[in-house]
Amino acid sequence: METPLHDRAPGDEITAGDRRNATLSGLQAYLIGLGLAVILTGTSFWAASTHLLWMPGVPIGLAVLAVAQMGIHLVFFLHITTGPDNTNNVLALAFGVLIVFLVVAGSLWIMANLNANMMPSPELMNMQMQH
Amino acid sequence: MLGKLSWDALPFHEPIDMIVSGLMILGVIAILAWLTVKGHWPYLWREWLTSVDHKRIGVMYCVLALVMLLRGFADALMMRSQQALAAGGAQGYLPPEHYDQIFSAHGTIMIFFMAMPFMIGLMNFALPLQLGVRDVAFPTLNSVSLWLTASGVLLTNVSLVVGEFARTGWLAYPPLSELKYSPGVGVDYYLWSLQISGVGTLLSGINLVTTILKMRAPGMSYMRMPVFCWTALASNLLIVAAFPILTATFAMLLLDRYLGFHFFTTDGGGNPMMYINLIWAWGHPEVYILILPAFGVFSEVISTFSGKPLFGYRSMVAATLAICVLSFVVWLHHFFTMGAGADVNGFFGVMTMIIAVPTGVKVYNWLFTMYGGRLRFTAPVYWSLGFMVTFVLGGMTGVLLAVPPADFVLHNSLFLIAHFHNVIIGGLLFGAMAGYTYWFPKAFGFTLHEGWGKASFWCWFVGFYLAFMPLYWLGLMGMTRRMQHYDNMAWQPFLLVAAAGALVILCGILCTIIQLVVSIRDRAGHRDRTGDPWDGRTLEWSIPSPPPSWNFALMPQVEGEDAYWYMKRRAREEPAGPGRTPDYEPIEMPLNSSTGFVTAFFAVVTGFALIWHIWWMVGLGLVGAFVTMLVFAWRDHDEMEIPVEEITRMDRAHRAETTR
Repeated sequence: METPLHDRAPGDEITAGDRRNATLSGLQAYLIGLGLAVILTGTSFWAASTHLLWMPGVPIGLAVLAVAQMGIHLVFFLHITTGPDNTNNVLALAFGVLIVFLVVAGSLWIMANLNANMMPSPELMNMQMQH
Repeated sequence: MLGKLSWDALPFHEPIDMIVSGLMILGVIAILAWLTVKGHWPYLWREWLTSVDHKRIGVMYCVLALVMLLRGFADALMMRSQQALAAGGAQGYLPPEHYDQIFSAHGTIMIFFMAMPFMIGLMNFALPLQLGVRDVAFPTLNSVSLWLTASGVLLTNVSLVVGEFARTGWLAYPPLSELKYSPGVGVDYYLWSLQISGVGTLLSGINLVTTILKMRAPGMSYMRMPVFCWTALASNLLIVAAFPILTATFAMLLLDRYLGFHFFTTDGGGNPMMYINLIWAWGHPEVYILILPAFGVFSEVISTFSGKPLFGYRSMVAATLAICVLSFVVWLHHFFTMGAGADVNGFFGVMTMIIAVPTGVKVYNWLFTMYGGRLRFTAPVYWSLGFMVTFVLGGMTGVLLAVPPADFVLHNSLFLIAHFHNVIIGGLLFGAMAGYTYWFPKAFGFTLHEGWGKASFWCWFVGFYLAFMPLYWLGLMGMTRRMQHYDNMAWQPFLLVAAAGALVILCGILCTIIQLVVSIRDRAGHRDRTGDPWDGRTLEWSIPSPPPSWNFALMPQVEGEDAYWYMKRRAREEPAGPGRTPDYEPIEMPLNSSTGFVTAFFAVVTGFALIWHIWWMVGLGLVGAFVTMLVFAWRDHDEMEIPVEEITRMDRAHRAETTR
């Protein structure tokens, strides 16, 4: 591969023999990642403590910032890109997300259902209290 | 100084324990003495204990599994004989606290230390050979995995002599397993053994997934991989996804027991139901982790001995991957009776029935592979046919148990016990034995004795039906599991038949041992000279038996499914010209490393110290393991070069044998 086919993505790891145009050096990518992560973390703390924002919107805003934080980590630190040699990593990530979703959502559903069904009724609770 | 450890931990006051531990210690001393007298230690250390060769690690995994099969089966015989005796006025010979340890140890050992090592051993051995590569992705890590698993085994067996084992059943449900109700060290032995061996299993899973995804021979695209590689991929993906759940759940129980947390306690806001939910979120994928490689073995065996490509290769792959994902949405069927509503129970019941469909697809594929083929009735085929009959039956009772109303009647009865032994023995164990017989000549260079192998199969097959069909019936009669004693005399005849069945299975195990001894004695007559004793179809049969440490002298070029079958056919059609010599190149192979063994030694020290609360020793073990890792990370010299002459000599000798 003499002529570069495409540029390297920001988080893409540099391997030996790689002749693609580097948009960023390795250290630069890590520093940018660190900077973005710090900004997002700082913003979260600010959003949680300030009174300038509309209060009900804060939790949603925090969730958005958290998802962005995950994206920054994946791209800049774990080097997940959409490049063709990264298919395995993307699929592994997708599989992991699917399993985490199934286990977390399933557990929440099951435990909520169990709590609703197995919680002693108020009368029963009162009877126990009287002992 | 020694935490909770004192002379009381030794079983001086319990005669049965005393005799068993005495015999075990004598046996271990005898083996160690024999090794020392014969001077085998240097060989054992250089060639096996520090080996990073995937084939030797695979063999050691299987040896570990076979030894633990004996230990777990001894527990089974004790349970069967106790239940055959302890009816009505009779109390049998095992007191309740001892009986409870036995059924807990039986389950733990059979699943974690027999079934898991056996399957991981077969995958370790066969996978790189089938993929046409020279080793797994991380050879030293592989050795670490093996020895961490062995550490867990060692700790579990130490509990027989020093202290006690859990009395909580094989999954240690809280609140019984909490400190309040199990104040002894039994549950701690259970938890730390499984935490340590669980790390080993997880590392092994990562290693094998990486091997399959990144290290296939040139031309070995995904859709050309043998089905065993596909089932191994699915199984190891499940290991990577599920074992962290187990580790996290046990870690929470450990925090409860050691630091007074309240994750699963009945007071302080804890919820024992969460433990049961989480442990089965690992536990159900676990049963597919075990059975999928066995499905792969049957696919290889049936296809090879029918002399046909596997029927429905693509549907087999699709079914495997469907099982891989679906196995994560059925776990609630283990606790239908815990109190979830009809919607939750209904959903998981239906999902459980759906997961039976891809399994059914596989059974039809095996049947159609045999149809129109010329089946050779060897011992591996016996195990496979026995599997198909038995496993379908076990699957049917499984679908029955997946109906929540039926489960309410049968939950925790002997019907359930019969069901899961039906699928584990009839599926996994038959698969392990088929794989053991099938790949033995590849590992050691001679085939196993056919007659004794078939005798072993018949004993297991008949013994299984004798031992477990009565349990189905007893379950319907209302007998629950884990009973040390019962008053209903109508149950006793069935339990006597079951005990007789266990004795027939014992004959099967003895046949396997005799088979091994006889085959080693007569190995000259059973020598596998060509490396292809079964007329195989996949790449592991294209190299000598036993293979050299570098597996393949030249990287194989794969041009289709059943790679070796097409190589053989093409070689027949266009015989190679006389002067054609391939260009050999020197091969770089990883050096042996004692990292795994030393890490595991420190893991045992740490585990033992944690169990007995010997805190200075915990520190010592952790520092030792960390230093071992540092030494490994800073080594300079980690590969050796195999010279061209040696490769040429070995490969020429093999070519001369195959073309003869």
